[in-house]
Amino acid sequence: MPRREDMKNRNYAAIAAADRVFLLVVYAAAGLFVLLVAMLFVELVHGSWPSIVAFKFKFLWTSEWNPVTGQFGALPLIYGTLVTSLIAIVLAGFVGILAAAYLAEFAPGWIARPLGFVIELLAAVPSVVFGLWGLFVLAPFVRTVLGPFLQKTLGFLPLFQGSISGVGMLTAGLILALMVLPTVTAISREVIVAIGSDLREASMSLGATKWETVARVVIPASRVGIFGAIVLALGRALGETIATTMVIGNRPEIAASLFAPSYTLASVIANEFTEANGTVYISALVELGLLLFIVSFLVNAMARLLLWAVLREKS
Amino acid sequence: MATARPARATDPVKFRHAVSFAGAAVTAACASLGAIALLVILGYVALQGFRAINVAFLTQLPVPVGEPGGGVANGIVGTLVTVGVAVLIATPLGLLSGLFLALFGRGWFPEAVRFLSDVLSGIPSIAIGLFAYTLLVAPFRHFSALSASFAFALLMLPLILRTSEEAVRSVPRAIREGALALGLSEFASTMRIVLPAARPAIITGLLLAIARVTGETAPLLFTAFGSQFWELNPTQPMAQLPLQVFTYAISPYQSWHQQAWAGALLLILAVLVLNVLARLVLSPKAQR
Repeated sequence: MPRREDMKNRNYAAIAAADRVFLLVVYAAAGLFVLLVAMLFVELVHGSWPSIVAFKFKFLWTSEWNPVTGQFGALPLIYGTLVTSLIAIVLAGFVGILAAAYLAEFAPGWIARPLGFVIELLAAVPSVVFGLWGLFVLAPFVRTVLGPFLQKTLGFLPLFQGSISGVGMLTAGLILALMVLPTVTAISREVIVAIGSDLREASMSLGATKWETVARVVIPASRVGIFGAIVLALGRALGETIATTMVIGNRPEIAASLFAPSYTLASVIANEFTEANGTVYISALVELGLLLFIVSFLVNAMARLLLWAVLREKS
Repeated sequence: MATARPARATDPVKFRHAVSFAGAAVTAACASLGAIALLVILGYVALQGFRAINVAFLTQLPVPVGEPGGGVANGIVGTLVTVGVAVLIATPLGLLSGLFLALFGRGWFPEAVRFLSDVLSGIPSIAIGLFAYTLLVAPFRHFSALSASFAFALLMLPLILRTSEEAVRSVPRAIREGALALGLSEFASTMRIVLPAARPAIITGLLLAIARVTGETAPLLFTAFGSQFWELNPTQPMAQLPLQVFTYAISPYQSWHQQAWAGALLLILAVLVLNVLARLVLSPKAQR
C-alpha cells in the first residue's frame, strides 16, 4: 500500500504533466494558425509559379488579357479594381465619417445604439445579395436615371461620356461603397469615441458650437484613426468579388468613362477559373489571387498599425 | 468698413448655431443613409423573394430551365453541411489560439499571432478560396465540399480567435487566481472556471463567424463547385445555396431570376437571425 504522501506527490506530478500538455496544445494551436497563414502565401506563390516564370513583371503592366492567344497582362484588371475601389472609398469615406460623427457626437444613446446596429447589419448582407440587387435594381437605375443625369450635368468630363449600359465601373463602385460604408462608419466611430472628452470640453468652453467642435477639433484629432478606417475599407473594396462580378460587365478594357464595363482582379478569377485550361492560364489566375493577397496584406497591415496606435494609446 | 456691417440681419452667434444645427442634420442624414440602404435592399429582397418562395422551393431538387417548380433543397443542406464542418475545424483551433493569446498575451510571438489574425480577416475570400483549391482540390483532381469548409474555416478563424481572446480576458483575473489558489490545475481552472464564465462572449463570436461565411460565395466557385444532385459526402462536389443564387442571377432566364430572389431571401434571413442571436446571447438577461 502506498503511503498518503506518495499519493499526493503522484497527484501533483500528474497535474503538472497535464498542465504541461495543456499548455503545449494551446501553444501548438497558435503555431498552427501562423503556419496556415504562411502556407497560404507559399501555396499561392507555388500555384502561380508557371505564370511568374512566363511573364515576369510584364504581367503587371501589359494590357492584353487574352486566354485564346495565351497572353496574360493584368493592367486592365488592376485599372478596373483601382477605379471601382476609389469610387467606393470616396463615397463611403465621405458619408461614413459624417455618419460616425453623428453616432458618436450628436445622436442621443437611444438613437445611436439601434442605428449603429442597423448600419453594422448592412455589413452582414451577403455579397451575392448585394450583387443580385445591384444587377436588377441599381444597374437599371444607373442606366435610366443616374447615368443620363450625370451626363447632362457633368458630361463635359471624359468620366461621364459614352454609352450607358447600366453595368460598369460606376455601378460596381456604388455597390462597393454601400458594402464598405459600415466598415468606415463603425471604425471611425470607435476612433472618435476614443478621443476622450478633454479636447471636446476645451473647445466647447472656448465658445465653439457643437458642430465647430466636431469639424475643427474632434475629426482633425482623430484623423490618423479615420485614415486607418478608410484604408481598411479600401482593402475590403479591392478584394470584393461576387457583387463586383455581377455588375461590372466583365470586359478587360481600360476606358476613361465610368459607365464603361470593366473587370477586376477578383472577378476575373471568379469568372474564368473553373473554365480555364492549360497550366499557364490557371497559374495566371492564381497569380491574380497572389497579387490580391499581397496588396490586401499590405493594405490591412497598414490599417491595423494605424488603428492599433490610436486605439491602444487611448484605452 | 465697419459701417457696412450692421446691414447683416442675423447676429453671428445665432448664425453659428444655425450652422451647427445644419451640420448635425447633415451627419444625421449620412447615418440614416446606411440604414435606409439596408431597409431598401431588405425590402426589395423580401418583396421579390416571398413572391417566389414556396414549399417546392425548399424541398425539391433543381430542375432544368423551362420546367416549372424545382427548388434548392440540396443547396440548403449543402450549405448547412459545409458550414457545419467549417465550424468543427475552426472552433477548436480558434478557441485554443484565443486562449493562447489571453494566457500568454505579451511578447513578440503573441503579438505576431494577433497581427496575422487581424490581417487575415482582411484577405479577400477569393484568395483564400484559391489556397483551398491548390491545397485540397488540385492534388486530388476533384472538387469537394471539404475544401470549401477549409476555406470557410480560415475565414472564420480570425473572428473566433480575437473574440475568444477578449472573452477570456474579460473574466476577472481574481476568479482564475482563486481557482488556482484552491489547488485546481491550470487546465482544470481554464476548463471549469474561466471558459464557462467567458462562454456567452465566445458563442457570440462563433455566431458572428458563422454569419460571416453563410452566404459567402466566391471561394465556393472552385472548392465545393456545386451539384445538381443530393450529395452529403463532404469529399464530393456539393450544391451550395449562395452558388445557386449566383448562377441563377446571372442566367438569362426569368424563372431562374425568381429563384435567385427566393434564395437571396433565405440567405439574408439566415444571416440576420444569426446576427440578432449573437446580440441576444450577450444581453444581460441571457447571462443571468
